[in-house]
Amino acid sequence: MDLVERLLDGDRRALARAITLTENEDPAAAEIAAAVYPHTGQGRVIGVTGPPGAGKSTIVDGLTHLYRQAGLRVAVVAVDPTSPFTGGAILGDRIRMRRSAADAGVFIRSLATRGQLGGLSWHTGSVIRLLDAAGFPVIVVETVGAGQAEVEIMRHAETTVVVMIPGLGDEVQAIKAGILEIADVLAVNKADREGADALVKELQMMLQLGRPRVRPAEASSGEASPGVAWLPPVLKTVATSDQGLGDLVAAVDSHYRFLKESGGLAIRRRRELDAEIRGIIRDVAGQAACAWAETAGSWAEAFTRVIARRVDPRSAASELVSEFLGPRT
Amino acid sequence: MTQGKVRVLVAKPGLDSHDRGAKVVARAYRDAGMEVIYTGLHQTPEEVVEAAIQEDVDVIALSILSGAHLTLVPMVAGLLRERGIDDVLLLVGGIIPAEDRPNLKQAGAAEVFGPGSNLDEIVDFTRRNLRRGA
Repeated sequence: MDLVERLLDGDRRALARAITLTENEDPAAAEIAAAVYPHTGQGRVIGVTGPPGAGKSTIVDGLTHLYRQAGLRVAVVAVDPTSPFTGGAILGDRIRMRRSAADAGVFIRSLATRGQLGGLSWHTGSVIRLLDAAGFPVIVVETVGAGQAEVEIMRHAETTVVVMIPGLGDEVQAIKAGILEIADVLAVNKADREGADALVKELQMMLQLGRPRVRPAEASSGEASPGVAWLPPVLKTVATSDQGLGDLVAAVDSHYRFLKESGGLAIRRRRELDAEIRGIIRDVAGQAACAWAETAGSWAEAFTRVIARRVDPRSAASELVSEFLGPRT
Repeated sequence: MTQGKVRVLVAKPGLDSHDRGAKVVARAYRDAGMEVIYTGLHQTPEEVVEAAIQEDVDVIALSILSGAHLTLVPMVAGLLRERGIDDVLLLVGGIIPAEDRPNLKQAGAAEVFGPGSNLDEIVDFTRRNLRRGA
């Protein structure tokens, strides 16, 4: 397959086109995904999330610049929301990513959410694999401006940076469940503004209260959880003038080293792949069962009984599934 | 459902600092269901073309109010040709004197939209002239 060979060879247009095919769910996308998979697993993913206007894009620009100075090629995936009314989107993250605009060692791709909730595009995981296969050792993913529940990023990123700013709310915000819990590193950006020190203290207090801290997925995996020993650092940054970004990179790197050395990285990757396969099986098997029920099964008859309130939807679905599975067990 | 969204790069090459028009056009494309990548001010032609490649856009819409359109448009068009990109629709908007339009079209712009252009017309023209199946 020509496109894949060019992508693996570092051809930027091939990479860009492969991403488009993936986003559009083109029939070729599955073949591309299968062909690149053996070449993935080398890159590390850094997630950057936080409320709108916190300075995520500016921080990503700064991180990219610093990793470039360290000699690493960097890919950036920047996600912005799709309009629920028109399906259109304005993707404006490049405005703040100007330093790398003409750098051949940087590849920036803007994705629209296309209806997906959770702060990312449905295809983010597949796009990360394409960038990984194209040889980018560092892949930075910026989520949409996140509120409290956009926590999808932690499934894809080895290290999640949550960017906060002073002045958004009282200390109860800091102890709520959700986005703050997924932070491996916390950045208090716009730290030259009033309230930054107070916010840093509140966040530190919240984190210390929470110890020993187990990420929810690790807690339920039943495996040993090396993640518990990591206390997320809280750093002050002023991204527009590069203040604190060196420390931020150091913290991100030390978290990655910690994950690797503690064995947590391997556990996390296995867990995500396990969940991915199960998710796809549910998806594919569900579609097959629906298609079968509609054509070969007694869909119409079951549906009529549900409409007439004689059978509830769940019982009808169970019957159809048993019917579908019946002949093969 | 999500198949084949039209992607548009709205870019402002050169030195002028007024992007009201670019933002209005970006919004019109958004409302027409397209995905608009807006790059901000002061882009070099190289940056515009590089962004178009990375974002794999169907359309590049250049907004130029500086008077440098006779330099900038041929540069962008030339870089596209150099990279072998022939499936991207190149549009120009801004303050462009009527006598310059033929030159810009000669250089590779598919259409030129001056002040007072109708937004529906711009969106419509864009849809009808896409160079690859969207």
